[in-house]
Amino acid sequence: MSIQQIIFMVLSVIALVSALGVVLSKNPVTSVLCLIVTFFTIAGHYIMLNAQFLAVVHIIVYAGAIMVLFLYVMMLMNLNAELEPQKRNWLKYAGAISGGALLVVLVAALRDASMPAIGTASTDIGLIKNLGQMLFKQYVVPFEVSSILFLSAMVGAVVIGKKD
Amino acid sequence: MPVQYYIFLSIALFCIGVMGVLMRRNAIIIFMCIELMLNAVNLLLVSFSKMWADAGRVDAGSAQLFVFFIMVVAAAEVAVGLAIITMVYRNTHSVDINILNRLKN
Repeated sequence: MSIQQIIFMVLSVIALVSALGVVLSKNPVTSVLCLIVTFFTIAGHYIMLNAQFLAVVHIIVYAGAIMVLFLYVMMLMNLNAELEPQKRNWLKYAGAISGGALLVVLVAALRDASMPAIGTASTDIGLIKNLGQMLFKQYVVPFEVSSILFLSAMVGAVVIGKKD
Repeated sequence: MPVQYYIFLSIALFCIGVMGVLMRRNAIIIFMCIELMLNAVNLLLVSFSKMWADAGRVDAGSAQLFVFFIMVVAAAEVAVGLAIITMVYRNTHSVDINILNRLKN
């Protein structure tokens, strides 16, 4: 077993356990903390896949900005385990069973797919120089459109959150 | 290392996200499960990018740019969605999504 596979296994186990922690924990703050752990393991996977720029952006945007936003909203609402809305039990089982059925179907569909293997050699395709050149040569229009999207999202959040 | 490992990891993360959306009633946790699903797809795109880069394709970085755009859209979505949840909480003092039943009338 190579060192890459060992790192992959460790990161995957941590990611899956903490993702289950997001779903199963009673306290919403625990869910947010589990989600942060999941995001850090996914950033580790990105580094292993030679996507250094994406790993850094992922940590800054998700673990930094979005999770702080979630925690802030959660603290603002003062939620805790006692106020957690309780769902009927059979609905929980139905959700778990349908999610597991989706898992079985997807695994069965993709089990025999034949694809090229991932090599161990490092590539420089994920460095910011190559990605930036590609972004501003081929994907200029989506980049500018996403800036408009951000502006409208900011305006929308302010308008929605305003006290009327 | 076969790319199937990453495919199965992404499938598992995505299905955990689906399960969370179906099981939980807290609107914020449903939001977080949607983030989990987006990240599963991002991981799959990055592993395909690495796969095609190893196979010698020069445009393999496109997948990583798609991941970048998915992150942008997710950030905008979180900003607007949390504003909506905050407004719902301010009006009803609850984040239970069953409260939204009253949108029916």
